[in-house]
Amino acid sequence: MATVSTSGQSHDMGLHTEKLTNRTQQRFFDAGESANLTYAWAPEVDTNKVGTLDCEGMDATAINIRIRQLMSEGCGTINLSNPGSMHGLCVGILSRLQLNVTGSLGYFGCGLIDGPNVNISGRVGWSCGENMMAGTIVVQKNAGSTFGAAIRGGDLVCRGDVGSRTGIDQKGGTIIVGGKTGAFSGFMMQRGRMIILGDAGINLGDSMYDGTIYVGGKIEGLGVDAVPADLNDLDRKWLKSKLDLYGMEAPNGIDNMQKIVAGKQLWNYDNLEPSEKKLVL
Amino acid sequence: MCGIAGLIHKKAGGANIGQEMTDMLQALKHRGPDSTGYALYGAPISNYIMRINLAEQADTKKGFDVATQLQSRNDQVDARMAELGAQVAKKENSTSYALRYEVSFDGDLKNLIDYIEDIEGVEVMSCGNGLELIKDLGDAAVVSAQYGINSFQGSHAIGHTRMATESDVDIRSAHPYWAYPFADVSVVHNGQLTNYWTNRRALERLGNRFNSNCDSELIAVYIANRISEGDDLEKAMRRSVEDLDGVFTYLVATSDSLGMAKDVMAAKPMVIYESDDFIALASEEVSIRKIFDHDIDTFDPYEGEVRVWQL
Repeated sequence: MATVSTSGQSHDMGLHTEKLTNRTQQRFFDAGESANLTYAWAPEVDTNKVGTLDCEGMDATAINIRIRQLMSEGCGTINLSNPGSMHGLCVGILSRLQLNVTGSLGYFGCGLIDGPNVNISGRVGWSCGENMMAGTIVVQKNAGSTFGAAIRGGDLVCRGDVGSRTGIDQKGGTIIVGGKTGAFSGFMMQRGRMIILGDAGINLGDSMYDGTIYVGGKIEGLGVDAVPADLNDLDRKWLKSKLDLYGMEAPNGIDNMQKIVAGKQLWNYDNLEPSEKKLVL
Repeated sequence: MCGIAGLIHKKAGGANIGQEMTDMLQALKHRGPDSTGYALYGAPISNYIMRINLAEQADTKKGFDVATQLQSRNDQVDARMAELGAQVAKKENSTSYALRYEVSFDGDLKNLIDYIEDIEGVEVMSCGNGLELIKDLGDAAVVSAQYGINSFQGSHAIGHTRMATESDVDIRSAHPYWAYPFADVSVVHNGQLTNYWTNRRALERLGNRFNSNCDSELIAVYIANRISEGDDLEKAMRRSVEDLDGVFTYLVATSDSLGMAKDVMAAKPMVIYESDDFIALASEEVSIRKIFDHDIDTFDPYEGEVRVWQL
Protein backbone atom coordinates (compact mmCIF):
# COMPACT_ATOMS: atom_id res chain seq x y z
CA MET A 1 0.00 0.00 0.00
CA ALA A 2 1.31 3.40 -0.93
CA THR A 3 2.06 5.84 1.81
CA VAL A 4 -0.98 7.74 2.91
CA SER A 5 -0.54 11.40 2.19
CA THR A 6 -2.55 14.36 3.37
CA SER A 7 -1.23 16.81 0.85
CA GLY A 8 -0.65 16.95 -2.85
CA GLN A 9 -2.00 18.35 -6.04
CA SER A 10 -5.48 17.10 -5.37
CA HIS A 11 -5.67 19.67 -2.58
CA ASP A 12 -4.48 22.36 -4.91
CA MET A 13 -7.28 21.42 -7.30
CA GLY A 14 -9.89 22.09 -4.65
CA LEU A 15 -10.55 18.53 -3.54
CA HIS A 16 -10.11 17.09 -0.09
CA THR A 17 -10.54 20.29 1.87
CA GLU A 18 -11.93 18.33 4.77
CA LYS A 19 -9.83 17.32 7.73
CA LEU A 20 -8.68 13.74 7.42
CA THR A 21 -8.74 12.83 11.07
CA ASN A 22 -9.18 9.09 11.44
CA ARG A 23 -9.44 8.65 7.71
CA THR A 24 -6.86 6.42 6.12
CA GLN A 25 -6.43 4.30 3.00
CA GLN A 26 -6.91 7.34 0.78
CA ARG A 27 -4.41 7.41 -2.03
CA PHE A 28 -4.02 10.80 -3.58
CA PHE A 29 -3.15 11.16 -7.20
CA ASP A 30 -0.59 13.14 -9.06
CA ALA A 31 -1.84 15.19 -11.96
CA GLY A 32 -0.58 12.65 -14.48
CA GLU A 33 -2.08 9.75 -12.59
CA SER A 34 -0.16 7.30 -14.72
CA ALA A 35 0.37 5.12 -11.65
CA ASN A 36 -3.29 4.17 -11.71
CA LEU A 37 -3.33 2.84 -15.23
CA THR A 38 -1.82 -0.50 -14.42
CA TYR A 39 -1.67 -2.57 -11.30
CA ALA A 40 1.61 -1.45 -9.78
CA TRP A 41 2.29 -4.74 -8.03
CA ALA A 42 1.54 -7.04 -10.94
CA PRO A 43 4.45 -8.77 -12.68
CA GLU A 44 5.43 -7.70 -16.16
CA VAL A 45 3.99 -9.77 -19.00
CA ASP A 46 5.12 -10.44 -22.54
CA THR A 47 2.67 -8.48 -24.69
CA ASN A 48 4.25 -9.92 -27.81
CA LYS A 49 2.96 -13.37 -26.94
CA VAL A 50 -0.56 -13.27 -28.37
CA GLY A 51 -3.40 -15.61 -27.57
CA THR A 52 -6.64 -15.75 -29.55
CA LEU A 53 -10.05 -16.72 -28.28
CA ASP A 54 -13.12 -17.19 -30.48
CA CYS A 55 -16.19 -17.14 -28.21
CA GLU A 56 -18.56 -18.69 -30.76
CA GLY A 57 -20.46 -21.51 -29.09
CA MET A 58 -18.88 -20.96 -25.65
CA ASP A 59 -20.66 -19.84 -22.51
CA ALA A 60 -19.46 -17.01 -20.27
CA THR A 61 -17.86 -19.22 -17.63
CA ALA A 62 -15.89 -21.17 -20.22
CA ILE A 63 -14.70 -17.94 -21.84
CA ASN A 64 -13.49 -16.46 -18.55
CA ILE A 65 -11.70 -19.69 -17.66
CA ARG A 66 -10.05 -19.76 -21.08
CA ILE A 67 -8.78 -16.18 -20.59
CA ARG A 68 -7.11 -17.30 -17.36
CA GLN A 69 -5.60 -20.34 -19.07
CA LEU A 70 -4.10 -18.17 -21.81
CA MET A 71 -2.73 -15.78 -19.17
CA SER A 72 -1.18 -18.64 -17.23
CA GLU A 73 0.46 -19.79 -20.47
CA GLY A 74 2.20 -16.41 -20.59
CA CYS A 75 0.04 -14.57 -23.11
CA GLY A 76 0.39 -10.83 -22.47
CA THR A 77 -2.05 -10.05 -25.26
CA ILE A 78 -5.36 -11.78 -25.91
CA ASN A 79 -7.52 -11.10 -28.96
CA LEU A 80 -11.09 -12.08 -28.17
CA SER A 81 -13.71 -12.31 -30.93
CA ASN A 82 -17.43 -13.07 -31.26
CA PRO A 83 -18.47 -12.24 -27.69
CA GLY A 84 -22.06 -11.89 -28.95
CA SER A 85 -23.08 -9.33 -26.27
CA MET A 86 -22.87 -12.05 -23.63
CA HIS A 87 -23.02 -11.03 -19.98
CA GLY A 88 -20.23 -11.24 -17.42
CA LEU A 89 -17.30 -11.59 -19.83
CA CYS A 90 -13.67 -10.63 -19.09
CA VAL A 91 -14.33 -10.21 -15.37
CA GLY A 92 -11.94 -10.56 -12.44
CA ILE A 93 -8.70 -10.20 -14.38
CA LEU A 94 -6.14 -9.35 -11.72
CA SER A 95 -2.97 -8.78 -13.68
CA ARG A 96 -1.44 -6.88 -16.56
CA LEU A 97 -2.92 -7.91 -19.90
CA GLN A 98 -3.63 -6.29 -23.24
CA LEU A 99 -7.13 -7.53 -24.05
CA ASN A 100 -8.59 -6.67 -27.44
CA VAL A 101 -12.29 -7.46 -27.77
CA THR A 102 -13.76 -7.46 -31.27
CA GLY A 103 -17.50 -7.13 -30.78
CA SER A 104 -19.85 -6.09 -28.01
CA LEU A 105 -20.21 -7.14 -24.39
CA GLY A 106 -23.44 -7.52 -22.39
CA TYR A 107 -23.96 -6.72 -18.74
CA PHE A 108 -21.11 -6.55 -16.20
CA GLY A 109 -18.37 -6.70 -18.83
CA CYS A 110 -14.82 -6.30 -17.45
CA GLY A 111 -16.08 -6.01 -13.88
CA LEU A 112 -13.74 -6.38 -10.91
CA ILE A 113 -10.57 -6.04 -12.94
CA ASP A 114 -7.24 -4.94 -11.53
CA GLY A 115 -4.66 -4.06 -14.10
CA PRO A 116 -5.51 -5.07 -17.68
CA ASN A 117 -5.77 -2.67 -20.59
CA VAL A 118 -8.93 -3.51 -22.50
CA ASN A 119 -10.10 -2.24 -25.86
CA ILE A 120 -13.66 -3.07 -26.94
CA SER A 121 -14.53 -2.41 -30.58
CA GLY A 122 -18.30 -2.53 -30.03
CA ARG A 123 -20.70 -1.54 -27.32
CA VAL A 124 -21.11 -2.57 -23.68
CA GLY A 125 -24.28 -3.23 -21.69
CA TRP A 126 -25.07 -2.19 -18.14
CA SER A 127 -22.40 -1.96 -15.42
CA CYS A 128 -19.29 -2.17 -17.54
CA GLY A 129 -16.12 -1.94 -15.44
CA GLU A 130 -18.03 -2.23 -12.21
CA ASN A 131 -15.65 -2.11 -9.24
CA MET A 132 -12.53 -1.95 -11.40
CA MET A 133 -9.41 -1.25 -9.35
CA ALA A 134 -6.79 -0.39 -11.96
CA GLY A 135 -6.14 -0.60 -15.67
CA THR A 136 -7.92 0.93 -18.64
CA ILE A 137 -11.08 0.07 -20.57
CA VAL A 138 -11.78 1.86 -23.84
CA VAL A 139 -15.20 1.28 -25.41
CA GLN A 140 -15.37 2.46 -29.01
CA LYS A 141 -19.18 2.68 -29.31
CA ASN A 142 -22.00 3.29 -26.80
CA ALA A 143 -22.42 2.01 -23.26
CA GLY A 144 -25.45 1.16 -21.14
CA SER A 145 -26.43 2.44 -17.71
CA THR A 146 -24.38 2.31 -14.50
CA PHE A 147 -21.20 2.57 -16.54
CA GLY A 148 -18.30 2.29 -14.08
CA ALA A 149 -20.42 1.69 -11.00
CA ALA A 150 -18.26 1.96 -7.88
CA ILE A 151 -14.95 2.04 -9.74
CA ARG A 152 -11.96 2.60 -7.53
CA GLY A 153 -9.16 3.23 -9.97
CA GLY A 154 -7.98 3.22 -13.55
CA ASP A 155 -9.46 4.85 -16.63
CA LEU A 156 -12.84 3.85 -18.04
CA VAL A 157 -13.49 5.43 -21.42
CA CYS A 158 -16.52 5.33 -23.71
CA ARG A 159 -16.25 7.19 -26.99
CA GLY A 160 -20.02 7.14 -27.60
CA ASP A 161 -23.10 7.88 -25.51
CA VAL A 162 -23.69 6.33 -22.11
CA GLY A 163 -26.93 5.54 -20.26
CA SER A 164 -28.05 6.69 -16.82
CA ARG A 165 -26.31 6.61 -13.44
CA THR A 166 -22.83 6.72 -14.96
CA GLY A 167 -20.22 6.38 -12.22
CA ILE A 168 -22.75 5.73 -9.49
CA ASP A 169 -20.88 5.39 -6.21
CA GLN A 170 -17.56 6.10 -7.92
CA LYS A 171 -14.73 5.77 -5.42
CA GLY A 172 -11.71 6.61 -7.53
CA GLY A 173 -10.24 6.53 -11.00
CA THR A 174 -11.45 8.40 -14.05
CA ILE A 175 -14.51 7.92 -16.22
CA ILE A 176 -14.46 9.61 -19.62
CA VAL A 177 -17.57 9.81 -21.81
CA GLY A 178 -17.17 11.05 -25.37
CA GLY A 179 -20.89 11.66 -25.90
CA LYS A 180 -23.71 12.33 -23.50
CA THR A 181 -24.86 10.66 -20.30
CA GLY A 182 -28.29 10.13 -18.79
CA ALA A 183 -29.82 11.09 -15.45
CA PHE A 184 -28.15 10.68 -12.07
CA SER A 185 -24.59 10.52 -13.38
CA GLY A 186 -22.13 10.67 -10.49
CA PHE A 187 -24.86 9.73 -8.05
CA MET A 188 -23.33 9.33 -4.57
CA MET A 189 -19.87 9.77 -6.01
CA GLN A 190 -17.20 9.56 -3.34
CA ARG A 191 -13.87 10.05 -5.05
CA GLY A 192 -12.36 10.15 -8.49
CA ARG A 193 -13.13 12.21 -11.54
CA MET A 194 -15.56 12.04 -14.39
CA ILE A 195 -15.26 13.81 -17.74
CA ILE A 196 -18.41 14.11 -19.84
CA LEU A 197 -17.63 15.72 -23.17
CA GLY A 198 -21.27 15.88 -24.32
CA ASP A 199 -24.44 16.76 -22.43
CA ALA A 200 -25.37 15.47 -18.99
CA GLY A 201 -28.91 14.53 -17.91
CA ILE A 202 -30.87 15.62 -14.88
CA ASN A 203 -29.63 15.27 -11.30
CA LEU A 204 -25.96 15.29 -12.20
CA GLY A 205 -23.82 14.54 -9.15
CA ASP A 206 -26.81 13.99 -6.90
CA SER A 207 -25.72 13.46 -3.28
CA MET A 208 -22.07 13.34 -4.22
CA TYR A 209 -19.72 13.26 -1.26
CA ASP A 210 -16.59 14.26 -3.11
CA GLY A 211 -14.89 13.92 -6.45
CA THR A 212 -15.12 16.12 -9.52
CA ILE A 213 -17.26 16.04 -12.64
CA TYR A 214 -16.24 17.97 -15.74
CA VAL A 215 -18.88 18.55 -18.41
CA GLY A 216 -18.22 19.80 -21.95
CA GLY A 217 -21.84 20.15 -23.07
CA LYS A 218 -25.07 21.23 -21.44
CA ILE A 219 -26.13 20.13 -17.97
CA GLU A 220 -29.84 19.46 -17.82
CA GLY A 221 -29.90 19.75 -14.05
CA LEU A 222 -27.70 19.42 -10.99
CA GLY A 223 -28.59 17.03 -8.19
CA VAL A 224 -28.82 17.79 -4.50
CA ASP A 225 -25.55 19.16 -3.11
CA ALA A 226 -23.74 19.25 -6.47
CA VAL A 227 -22.35 22.73 -7.05
CA PRO A 228 -20.37 24.43 -9.82
CA ALA A 229 -16.74 25.30 -9.18
CA ASP A 230 -14.13 27.28 -11.12
CA LEU A 231 -11.71 25.54 -13.43
CA ASN A 232 -8.13 26.28 -12.50
CA ASP A 233 -4.89 25.72 -14.35
CA LEU A 234 -4.31 22.33 -12.77
CA ASP A 235 -7.74 21.20 -13.97
CA ARG A 236 -6.97 22.36 -17.48
CA LYS A 237 -3.57 20.69 -17.47
CA TRP A 238 -4.98 17.45 -16.17
CA LEU A 239 -7.92 17.48 -18.59
CA LYS A 240 -5.63 18.09 -21.54
CA SER A 241 -3.24 15.32 -20.60
CA LYS A 242 -6.08 12.89 -19.95
CA LEU A 243 -7.96 13.63 -23.16
CA ASP A 244 -4.76 13.59 -25.21
CA LEU A 245 -4.06 10.14 -23.86
CA TYR A 246 -7.17 8.83 -25.62
CA GLY A 247 -7.18 11.18 -28.58
CA MET A 248 -10.33 12.94 -27.46
CA GLU A 249 -11.28 16.60 -27.53
CA ALA A 250 -13.72 18.79 -25.66
CA PRO A 251 -16.28 19.99 -28.26
CA ASN A 252 -16.17 23.59 -27.01
CA GLY A 253 -12.60 23.55 -25.76
CA ILE A 254 -11.27 22.71 -22.34
CA ASP A 255 -11.58 26.32 -21.18
CA ASN A 256 -15.34 26.16 -21.58
CA MET A 257 -15.85 22.99 -19.62
CA GLN A 258 -17.90 23.17 -16.45
CA LYS A 259 -16.62 21.77 -13.19
CA ILE A 260 -19.00 20.28 -10.64
CA VAL A 261 -18.01 19.34 -7.10
CA ALA A 262 -19.77 18.41 -3.88
CA GLY A 263 -21.20 21.29 -1.89
CA LYS A 264 -20.65 19.14 1.20
CA GLN A 265 -23.73 20.59 2.85
CA LEU A 266 -25.08 17.10 3.34
CA TRP A 267 -22.06 16.00 5.30
CA ASN A 268 -22.90 15.11 8.90
CA TYR A 269 -26.47 15.21 7.74
CA ASP A 270 -27.61 13.04 10.60
CA ASN A 271 -26.43 15.59 13.13
CA LEU A 272 -28.62 18.32 11.73
CA GLU A 273 -31.79 19.50 13.37
CA PRO A 274 -34.95 19.11 11.27
CA SER A 275 -35.05 22.85 10.65
CA GLU A 276 -31.47 22.75 9.38
CA LYS A 277 -32.23 19.87 7.02
CA LYS A 278 -34.69 22.11 5.23
CA LEU A 279 -31.92 24.62 4.69
CA VAL A 280 -29.58 22.20 2.97
CA LEU A 281 -32.24 20.45 0.93
CA MET B 1 -37.14 -8.74 -13.53
CA CYS B 2 -38.94 -9.63 -16.83
CA GLY B 3 -37.62 -9.30 -20.36
CA ILE B 4 -39.34 -7.47 -23.19
CA ALA B 5 -38.65 -7.41 -26.89
CA GLY B 6 -40.07 -5.87 -30.01
CA LEU B 7 -39.33 -5.87 -33.72
CA ILE B 8 -40.56 -4.15 -36.86
CA HIS B 9 -40.00 -5.20 -40.46
CA LYS B 10 -40.72 -2.23 -42.68
CA LYS B 11 -40.30 -4.13 -45.94
CA ALA B 12 -43.55 -5.13 -47.63
CA GLY B 13 -44.51 -8.74 -47.04
CA GLY B 14 -42.98 -8.91 -43.57
CA ALA B 15 -40.87 -11.79 -42.36
CA ASN B 16 -40.87 -14.83 -40.14
CA ILE B 17 -41.50 -12.82 -36.99
CA GLY B 18 -42.69 -15.88 -35.04
CA GLN B 19 -39.28 -17.53 -35.23
CA GLU B 20 -37.44 -14.26 -34.67
CA MET B 21 -39.45 -13.34 -31.59
CA THR B 22 -39.06 -16.85 -30.17
CA ASP B 23 -35.29 -16.59 -30.56
CA MET B 24 -35.25 -13.15 -28.95
CA LEU B 25 -37.41 -14.22 -26.02
CA GLN B 26 -35.51 -17.45 -25.46
CA ALA B 27 -32.34 -15.36 -25.12
CA LEU B 28 -34.11 -13.39 -22.37
CA LYS B 29 -35.24 -16.48 -20.49
CA HIS B 30 -32.85 -15.69 -17.61
CA ARG B 31 -34.86 -12.51 -16.98
CA GLY B 32 -37.98 -14.54 -16.24
CA PRO B 33 -38.96 -18.13 -16.98
CA ASP B 34 -42.48 -18.09 -15.48
CA SER B 35 -44.46 -17.34 -18.60
CA THR B 36 -43.93 -16.14 -22.15
CA GLY B 37 -46.19 -14.06 -24.33
CA TYR B 38 -46.36 -12.84 -27.91
CA ALA B 39 -48.32 -10.15 -29.69
CA LEU B 40 -47.74 -10.95 -33.36
CA TYR B 41 -49.11 -8.79 -36.16
CA GLY B 42 -49.82 -10.62 -39.39
CA ALA B 43 -51.36 -9.30 -42.61
CA PRO B 44 -54.72 -7.74 -41.62
CA ILE B 45 -57.87 -9.60 -42.60
CA SER B 46 -61.42 -8.27 -42.83
CA ASN B 47 -62.71 -10.47 -40.01
CA TYR B 48 -61.85 -10.08 -36.36
CA ILE B 49 -59.31 -12.50 -34.91
CA MET B 50 -60.27 -13.33 -31.34
CA ARG B 51 -58.11 -15.27 -28.92
CA ILE B 52 -60.24 -16.66 -26.12
CA ASN B 53 -59.15 -18.61 -23.05
CA LEU B 54 -61.73 -20.86 -21.41
CA ALA B 55 -59.74 -21.48 -18.23
CA GLU B 56 -56.36 -21.11 -16.60
CA GLN B 57 -53.87 -23.83 -17.54
CA ALA B 58 -53.60 -24.90 -13.89
CA ASP B 59 -57.39 -25.33 -13.62
CA THR B 60 -57.42 -27.80 -16.48
CA LYS B 61 -55.06 -30.13 -14.61
CA LYS B 62 -57.19 -30.59 -11.55
CA GLY B 63 -60.84 -30.78 -10.55
CA PHE B 64 -63.66 -33.01 -11.60
CA ASP B 65 -65.00 -33.37 -15.11
CA VAL B 66 -62.81 -30.61 -16.52
CA ALA B 67 -63.34 -31.59 -20.15
CA THR B 68 -67.11 -31.29 -19.80
CA GLN B 69 -66.79 -27.88 -18.16
CA LEU B 70 -64.51 -26.62 -20.91
CA GLN B 71 -66.90 -27.93 -23.55
CA SER B 72 -69.79 -26.26 -21.79
CA ARG B 73 -67.98 -22.90 -21.74
CA ASN B 74 -67.00 -23.36 -25.35
CA ASP B 75 -70.65 -24.02 -26.30
CA GLN B 76 -71.71 -20.91 -24.40
CA VAL B 77 -69.14 -18.80 -26.26
CA ASP B 78 -70.47 -20.08 -29.58
CA ALA B 79 -74.07 -19.52 -28.51
CA ARG B 80 -73.45 -15.95 -27.32
CA MET B 81 -71.59 -15.07 -30.51
CA ALA B 82 -74.50 -16.36 -32.55
CA GLU B 83 -76.95 -14.53 -30.32
CA LEU B 84 -75.30 -11.16 -31.01
CA GLY B 85 -74.93 -11.86 -34.72
CA ALA B 86 -71.23 -12.68 -34.88
CA GLN B 87 -70.57 -15.20 -37.63
CA VAL B 88 -67.72 -17.59 -37.00
CA ALA B 89 -65.68 -18.03 -40.17
CA LYS B 90 -62.99 -20.17 -38.58
CA LYS B 91 -62.37 -21.75 -35.23
CA GLU B 92 -59.23 -23.48 -33.95
CA ASN B 93 -58.13 -25.04 -30.70
CA SER B 94 -54.52 -24.25 -29.84
CA THR B 95 -54.89 -26.14 -26.57
CA SER B 96 -57.86 -27.55 -24.67
CA TYR B 97 -58.39 -24.14 -23.07
CA ALA B 98 -57.15 -21.67 -25.72
CA LEU B 99 -59.32 -20.93 -28.73
CA ARG B 100 -58.74 -18.87 -31.85
CA TYR B 101 -61.75 -17.50 -33.72
CA GLU B 102 -62.09 -15.59 -36.93
CA VAL B 103 -65.36 -13.73 -36.64
CA SER B 104 -67.38 -11.51 -38.94
CA PHE B 105 -69.14 -8.92 -36.83
CA ASP B 106 -70.57 -5.45 -37.52
CA GLY B 107 -72.00 -4.61 -34.10
CA ASP B 108 -70.58 -3.12 -30.93
CA LEU B 109 -67.32 -5.01 -30.33
CA LYS B 110 -67.14 -4.06 -26.67
CA ASN B 111 -70.64 -5.34 -26.13
CA LEU B 112 -69.77 -8.68 -27.74
CA ILE B 113 -66.61 -9.10 -25.68
CA ASP B 114 -68.36 -8.17 -22.44
CA TYR B 115 -71.07 -10.71 -23.18
CA ILE B 116 -68.53 -13.48 -23.84
CA GLU B 117 -66.48 -12.61 -20.76
CA ASP B 118 -69.63 -12.80 -18.68
CA ILE B 119 -69.28 -16.61 -18.94
CA GLU B 120 -67.50 -17.83 -15.83
CA GLY B 121 -63.78 -18.42 -16.37
CA VAL B 122 -63.75 -17.12 -19.94
CA GLU B 123 -61.40 -14.31 -20.96
CA VAL B 124 -61.00 -12.64 -24.33
CA MET B 125 -57.22 -12.33 -24.61
CA SER B 126 -57.24 -10.17 -27.70
CA CYS B 127 -59.26 -8.97 -30.62
CA GLY B 128 -58.11 -7.35 -33.83
CA ASN B 129 -57.72 -7.70 -37.56
CA GLY B 130 -54.04 -8.64 -37.51
CA LEU B 131 -53.14 -9.17 -33.84
CA GLU B 132 -52.49 -12.68 -32.55
CA LEU B 133 -51.97 -12.50 -28.79
CA ILE B 134 -50.60 -15.71 -27.35
CA LYS B 135 -49.40 -16.24 -23.80
CA ASP B 136 -48.90 -19.25 -21.62
CA LEU B 137 -46.74 -20.67 -18.87
CA GLY B 138 -43.16 -21.73 -19.61
CA ASP B 139 -40.30 -20.35 -21.67
CA ALA B 140 -40.43 -19.26 -25.30
CA ALA B 141 -39.52 -22.68 -26.68
CA VAL B 142 -42.38 -24.32 -24.76
CA VAL B 143 -45.02 -21.75 -25.69
CA SER B 144 -43.85 -21.54 -29.28
CA ALA B 145 -44.09 -25.31 -29.72
CA GLN B 146 -47.48 -25.42 -27.98
CA TYR B 147 -49.06 -22.78 -30.23
CA GLY B 148 -47.09 -23.38 -33.44
CA ILE B 149 -45.68 -19.86 -33.50
CA ASN B 150 -42.41 -20.45 -35.30
CA SER B 151 -43.84 -20.30 -38.80
CA PHE B 152 -45.81 -17.09 -38.23
CA GLN B 153 -45.28 -14.44 -40.91
CA GLY B 154 -45.94 -10.80 -40.14
CA SER B 155 -44.72 -7.23 -39.98
CA HIS B 156 -44.13 -6.50 -36.30
CA ALA B 157 -44.33 -8.06 -32.87
CA ILE B 158 -43.75 -7.53 -29.18
CA GLY B 159 -43.00 -10.23 -26.63
CA HIS B 160 -42.40 -10.81 -22.97
CA THR B 161 -40.72 -13.26 -20.61
CA ARG B 162 -42.05 -12.91 -17.12
CA MET B 163 -40.59 -13.20 -13.67
CA ALA B 164 -43.67 -12.85 -11.48
CA THR B 165 -43.09 -10.36 -8.69
CA GLU B 166 -46.38 -8.57 -8.10
CA SER B 167 -49.00 -11.21 -8.89
CA ASP B 168 -49.60 -14.89 -9.57
CA VAL B 169 -47.95 -17.17 -12.07
CA ASP B 170 -50.91 -17.74 -14.36
CA ILE B 171 -51.96 -16.89 -17.87
CA ARG B 172 -54.16 -13.94 -16.95
CA SER B 173 -51.18 -12.25 -15.25
CA ALA B 174 -48.85 -12.99 -18.16
CA HIS B 175 -48.07 -10.39 -20.80
CA PRO B 176 -48.81 -9.04 -23.37
CA TYR B 177 -52.01 -7.31 -22.36
CA TRP B 178 -54.55 -6.32 -24.91
CA ALA B 179 -55.79 -2.73 -24.56
CA TYR B 180 -59.46 -3.80 -24.39
CA PRO B 181 -61.61 -2.87 -26.25
CA PHE B 182 -59.36 -1.35 -28.92
CA ALA B 183 -58.61 -3.71 -31.78
CA ASP B 184 -54.95 -4.56 -32.37
CA VAL B 185 -53.45 -2.67 -29.40
CA SER B 186 -51.16 -4.64 -27.06
CA VAL B 187 -48.68 -3.87 -24.26
CA VAL B 188 -45.67 -5.55 -22.63
CA HIS B 189 -43.98 -4.17 -19.54
CA ASN B 190 -40.83 -4.65 -17.49
CA GLY B 191 -40.91 -3.09 -14.04
CA GLN B 192 -43.16 -2.29 -11.12
CA LEU B 193 -45.84 0.36 -10.84
CA THR B 194 -46.15 1.83 -7.38
CA ASN B 195 -49.39 3.76 -7.88
CA TYR B 196 -51.24 0.80 -9.35
CA TRP B 197 -54.21 0.80 -6.99
CA THR B 198 -54.71 4.55 -7.13
CA ASN B 199 -54.83 4.47 -10.90
CA ARG B 200 -56.80 1.25 -11.03
CA ARG B 201 -59.55 2.61 -8.80
CA ALA B 202 -59.75 5.77 -10.89
CA LEU B 203 -59.90 3.82 -14.15
CA GLU B 204 -62.43 1.34 -12.81
CA ARG B 205 -64.70 4.21 -11.84
CA LEU B 206 -64.58 5.24 -15.48
CA GLY B 207 -65.90 1.81 -16.46
CA ASN B 208 -62.67 0.08 -17.48
CA ARG B 209 -62.26 -3.64 -16.86
CA PHE B 210 -59.33 -5.37 -15.16
CA ASN B 211 -58.98 -9.14 -15.54
CA SER B 212 -55.97 -9.65 -13.27
CA ASN B 213 -54.14 -8.17 -10.32
CA CYS B 214 -50.98 -7.67 -12.35
CA ASP B 215 -49.72 -4.07 -12.27
CA SER B 216 -48.76 -4.25 -15.94
CA GLU B 217 -52.40 -4.55 -16.97
CA LEU B 218 -52.77 -0.97 -15.75
CA ILE B 219 -50.63 0.28 -18.64
CA ALA B 220 -52.86 -1.38 -21.23
CA VAL B 221 -55.99 -0.01 -19.57
CA TYR B 222 -54.40 3.42 -19.16
CA ILE B 223 -53.43 3.58 -22.84
CA ALA B 224 -56.89 2.36 -23.88
CA ASN B 225 -58.49 5.03 -21.70
CA ARG B 226 -56.32 7.78 -23.15
CA ILE B 227 -57.06 6.64 -26.71
CA SER B 228 -60.78 6.70 -25.89
CA GLU B 229 -60.28 10.28 -24.64
CA GLY B 230 -58.92 11.20 -28.04
CA ASP B 231 -55.14 10.98 -27.52
CA ASP B 232 -53.02 9.44 -30.23
CA LEU B 233 -50.61 6.69 -29.17
CA GLU B 234 -47.58 8.93 -28.69
CA LYS B 235 -49.49 11.51 -26.69
CA ALA B 236 -50.97 8.80 -24.47
CA MET B 237 -47.53 7.33 -23.87
CA ARG B 238 -45.95 10.70 -23.04
CA ARG B 239 -48.71 11.32 -20.57
CA SER B 240 -48.21 7.89 -19.04
CA VAL B 241 -44.61 8.76 -18.13
CA GLU B 242 -46.01 11.57 -15.98
CA ASP B 243 -48.94 9.68 -14.52
CA LEU B 244 -47.47 6.25 -13.84
CA ASP B 245 -45.19 6.03 -10.83
CA GLY B 246 -42.51 3.39 -10.38
CA VAL B 247 -39.84 1.85 -12.54
CA PHE B 248 -40.84 0.73 -15.97
CA THR B 249 -39.98 0.27 -19.58
CA TYR B 250 -42.88 -0.77 -21.73
CA LEU B 251 -43.73 -1.39 -25.37
CA VAL B 252 -47.04 -0.78 -27.11
CA ALA B 253 -47.95 -2.12 -30.52
CA THR B 254 -50.86 -1.18 -32.76
CA SER B 255 -51.79 -2.31 -36.26
CA ASP B 256 -49.36 0.17 -37.84
CA SER B 257 -47.01 1.40 -35.12
CA LEU B 258 -44.81 0.33 -32.22
CA GLY B 259 -43.78 2.53 -29.32
CA MET B 260 -41.56 2.41 -26.26
CA ALA B 261 -41.56 4.45 -23.06
CA LYS B 262 -39.12 4.58 -20.20
CA ASP B 263 -39.65 5.96 -16.71
CA VAL B 264 -37.99 9.17 -15.53
CA MET B 265 -35.36 7.32 -13.53
CA ALA B 266 -34.42 5.02 -16.42
CA ALA B 267 -34.28 2.18 -13.97
CA LYS B 268 -35.26 -0.55 -16.42
CA PRO B 269 -33.14 -1.43 -19.41
CA MET B 270 -33.81 -1.14 -23.12
CA VAL B 271 -31.52 -1.44 -26.11
CA ILE B 272 -32.50 -0.29 -29.58
CA TYR B 273 -31.20 -1.26 -33.01
CA GLU B 274 -32.39 0.76 -35.98
CA SER B 275 -31.80 0.34 -39.68
CA ASP B 276 -33.78 1.56 -42.69
CA ASP B 277 -36.02 -1.47 -42.93
CA PHE B 278 -35.69 -3.19 -39.55
CA ILE B 279 -35.99 -2.07 -35.94
CA ALA B 280 -35.43 -4.26 -32.91
CA LEU B 281 -35.76 -3.46 -29.22
CA ALA B 282 -35.03 -5.63 -26.23
CA SER B 283 -34.13 -5.52 -22.57
CA GLU B 284 -30.67 -6.79 -23.48
CA GLU B 285 -28.56 -6.66 -26.61
CA VAL B 286 -27.93 -10.39 -26.40
CA SER B 287 -31.56 -10.84 -27.42
CA ILE B 288 -31.26 -8.71 -30.58
CA ARG B 289 -28.04 -10.49 -31.49
CA LYS B 290 -30.02 -13.71 -31.89
CA ILE B 291 -31.37 -12.28 -35.15
CA PHE B 292 -27.97 -11.19 -36.46
CA ASP B 293 -24.84 -13.24 -36.98
CA HIS B 294 -22.69 -10.11 -36.92
CA ASP B 295 -22.05 -7.16 -34.62
CA ILE B 296 -24.59 -4.35 -34.64
CA ASP B 297 -24.70 -0.75 -33.46
CA THR B 298 -27.18 -0.23 -30.65
CA PHE B 299 -28.02 2.45 -28.12
CA ASP B 300 -29.95 2.93 -24.90
CA PRO B 301 -32.88 5.35 -24.77
CA TYR B 302 -32.75 7.87 -21.92
CA GLU B 303 -34.94 8.58 -18.92
CA GLY B 304 -38.49 9.65 -19.67
CA GLU B 305 -37.96 8.91 -23.33
CA VAL B 306 -40.87 7.98 -25.59
CA ARG B 307 -40.38 6.78 -29.15
CA VAL B 308 -42.99 5.66 -31.63
CA TRP B 309 -42.16 4.04 -34.96
CA GLN B 310 -44.65 3.90 -37.83
CA LEU B 311 -44.62 0.93 -40.14
